[in-house]
Amino acid sequence: MKEYLVKFFVNDEPIELRVPANRTLLSVLREDLALTGTKEGCGAGECGACTVIVDGKAVNACLILAPELDGMHIETVEGLAKGSQISPLQESFIEHMALQCGFCTPGMLMSAESLLRDNPHPTRDEIKKAMSGNLCRCTGYKKIVEAIEAVAEKGVYDK
Amino acid sequence: MRVVGTSVERLDAIKKVTGSAQFADDIQFSRPLFAQVKRSPYAHAKILKIDTSKAEQLYGVRCVITGEYYKKRAGLYLEDKNFLAVGTAKFKGEPVAAVAAESKEIAEEACKLIEVEYEELPAVFDSLDGMKPDAPLIHPDLHTYKVAPIFYPQKGTNISHHYVLRKGDAEKAFKEAYKTFDNSFYIPHVQHVPIEPHACTAQYMPDGELCIWAACQSPFAVRRALAETFDFPLNKIRVISKAVGGGFGCKAGTTLEGIVIPLAMLCPGRPVKLTYTREDEFQYAYVRQGLHIRIQTAVNKDGKIIGSKNVLAWDGGAYTEYGVNIVKAAGWGCVGPYDIENIATDSYCVYTNHPVGGPYRGFGMSEIHFAIEQNLDMVANEMGISPLDIRRINGIRPGGVSATGQVIDVAGYQECLEKAAALIEYDKPCEPSGNPRKVRGKGLAGGWKAPSMPTDAQSSVIIRMNEDGTFILLCSCHDMGQGSDTVMAQIAAETLTVDVSKITVRTGDTDHTPYEWQTVASRSTYCAGNATKLAAEDLRDKILEVAQIKMGTWKKDLYLEDGYVRRVFYPDIKVPISTFALGLMLPDQSGIAGPMIGVGSYTVPNNIAADIKTGLSPKPVAFWTMGVNGAEVEVDLDTGKVKVLKMVSVFDAGKVINPQMYEGQAEGAMVQAMGTALWEELKLKEGKVMNPSFVDYKIPTFDDMPELIVEVVENAEPTGPYGARGIGEIVMVPGAPAIANAVANATGVRFTRMPLMPDVVLAALKAKK
Ligand code: FES
Ligand code: FES
Repeated sequence: MKEYLVKFFVNDEPIELRVPANRTLLSVLREDLALTGTKEGCGAGECGACTVIVDGKAVNACLILAPELDGMHIETVEGLAKGSQISPLQESFIEHMALQCGFCTPGMLMSAESLLRDNPHPTRDEIKKAMSGNLCRCTGYKKIVEAIEAVAEKGVYDK
Repeated sequence: MRVVGTSVERLDAIKKVTGSAQFADDIQFSRPLFAQVKRSPYAHAKILKIDTSKAEQLYGVRCVITGEYYKKRAGLYLEDKNFLAVGTAKFKGEPVAAVAAESKEIAEEACKLIEVEYEELPAVFDSLDGMKPDAPLIHPDLHTYKVAPIFYPQKGTNISHHYVLRKGDAEKAFKEAYKTFDNSFYIPHVQHVPIEPHACTAQYMPDGELCIWAACQSPFAVRRALAETFDFPLNKIRVISKAVGGGFGCKAGTTLEGIVIPLAMLCPGRPVKLTYTREDEFQYAYVRQGLHIRIQTAVNKDGKIIGSKNVLAWDGGAYTEYGVNIVKAAGWGCVGPYDIENIATDSYCVYTNHPVGGPYRGFGMSEIHFAIEQNLDMVANEMGISPLDIRRINGIRPGGVSATGQVIDVAGYQECLEKAAALIEYDKPCEPSGNPRKVRGKGLAGGWKAPSMPTDAQSSVIIRMNEDGTFILLCSCHDMGQGSDTVMAQIAAETLTVDVSKITVRTGDTDHTPYEWQTVASRSTYCAGNATKLAAEDLRDKILEVAQIKMGTWKKDLYLEDGYVRRVFYPDIKVPISTFALGLMLPDQSGIAGPMIGVGSYTVPNNIAADIKTGLSPKPVAFWTMGVNGAEVEVDLDTGKVKVLKMVSVFDAGKVINPQMYEGQAEGAMVQAMGTALWEELKLKEGKVMNPSFVDYKIPTFDDMPELIVEVVENAEPTGPYGARGIGEIVMVPGAPAIANAVANATGVRFTRMPLMPDVVLAALKAKK
């Protein structure tokens, strides 16, 4: 398999890697970089567990092929907290108990983060729509919606 | 109470929001090997020959095994299962060989090179067919299998368990009845669909020690089953379970472990890893069993049910080592939370050539209540009684009697019913949709569930005090999202009168955390919770024992408060508990006693097996949790689409330990129930799973979320820790029938089969016209 040299950024850290053409961003994150916060729930773009923010947009890491990475800025769940200071969104998830098993949580957080950056005060319908690619089997979604609404209300993402 | 009953933050919350919680597939190993599985393309076939030579020669392959390598059968209640098929393959996708290789790609390639010759055999794809006398036999040697003494496999048939219940005189009741009813239902297979797929790694060391890291709910049950199958003494096999990304039952028994262990044993020192893909997960993980159920009901003039006859034919799949217990549990719960004097029930576990059935949230209750609760509405409608009234008339009350003859002292059913009916405003018509082609309706359904476990299932907990007065709580009930770590910490904190932040909980390592039978059955808050309370009390007593020397009084004058030992009569005289963490130093500097460790062991008292002939027992289970769901739906008459607008949940939790986590359980359960009611079915065609992806097997998404309302009733469980009983499963049970009842009320059409897919609904609406 042909290998590519790619240079990109993960949570602001520069990375240089040789990767075969068929590798996905998800496997590069989890296997090469041991950033296992990003999860694989389906490997096919159907569950959102692998959601990361690439150049400001929420995407499924399982659908991006490694050779495309060159020059990209990638944000993963590991980059949300600043040191041991968790972000207001993470705090809101905890406060509203918007997680149970936590396997969907990294993807949920990244989708919500991306939504709130674009739209600091989304309506409930906008939240549901933006998050509808993220599956959760535990919570029934209500507390996740509430966590997002609460952090938006605080004006944390106001531009 | 200071901690119990408050919404303290989840212990694992920060780990989970920062991506630092470690799940089974996240663990990094050095020099791992990757396993892959060769599977049967036939639902039922004799394996004539397996040629692994080409696979073995492929560069990077380390070992290849077939079922011949380890032929011993395994099973939790009935030893009927091989991890790799021996002699015959009994379902489509059954593992027939496995490979360990240096990369996933090589392992996959090697599997393709394995050549298997089969002779296809006639197969069984329906439980009713499987019960016929001329049905092909799937386990011809069934009668020779080792089985727990409470299950009764029928020699020369596909029936691996037949539970018989005979209470009172059902025949007589039917003769005397004012009216009788006969309704049948079908509940198809569904998948659990945790977002984390199964994952497992095994490493066998040259000194004979075996370590397994698995996404697993029940490390001790898994350890025992694997030790027996692979001939390990229990001190040489260690099962570690990290964070589990949802279980709902499918991570309860042994699954992938039995495939990777023999591979690991052939490659000492190398960790061998296998993680299911989503497609694997849909096809090869335990499924919720299919069910044909027939309910006959005898009613007197006033709507009182005087007799009930039930036949349950469960599609257990190719192996029923776990499924037999679901069949029994369904027998015990067969009439739901209703007090009926005369009952005759037969519950059959039937082998088919379908994927293997196993525990799923509800453990048979979700399936049978889909029928029980619709049947009640159907009877009520025929009798001209409201569905609410028929439940008032027949719903169990304190002192009522269960199907097996158990007297139910604490029964909050009626309270739950009234509250749920009020919340959904059952007596009021729905707000109009504003579109004549969209009709609305409301439905109610009740349900109950007990922990179905061996009568002597055990739990144990150890609490160690650290030098600074903080604690490490060790237990093996496993947090898979339901929140057991936090619950145990709250119970311990309550008893020790300290803040939850002082308690760290460690679980899931059979070498280091104490025995726990399984994390299933909604038993953890109750069983492990009781063990936690006992451990904390033991620790408290040990502290007071030493404190009486230090404080110059006897221990009855001492108590714990806020991390201090205080005197009853002089509460201002206090000594921090940390003083006693390592025992006590006397004035001459000599030490007495020693490090403080509290131990709690708990077995449910006086649980008694059911009689083989009548199925009766005065106390087969520790407790019954009961309650009611309500639903309001809107049905689009042009598309057949059902939209759930609102669901309400009211259950008798005994005592809610953590209200916010309770709500989370109830909300998640309602949405999961809605999924099964409206869309979820594992479509099987001649044993093949036709929809193994999220695109073809829809689970609920954000878009589908109805308005969710959760309330509780708290009638304390006398034997539960701080009055609590288990709730994790029951909160899902009546959801699907509540929706089906609402759809029937909206449209006048009854659906006796789930799910209520738009095409099914539309066809039924057309047929009605
Ligand atoms: S793993 Fe990428 S969408 Fe499911
Ligand atoms: S919290 Fe378990 S999948 Fe969302």
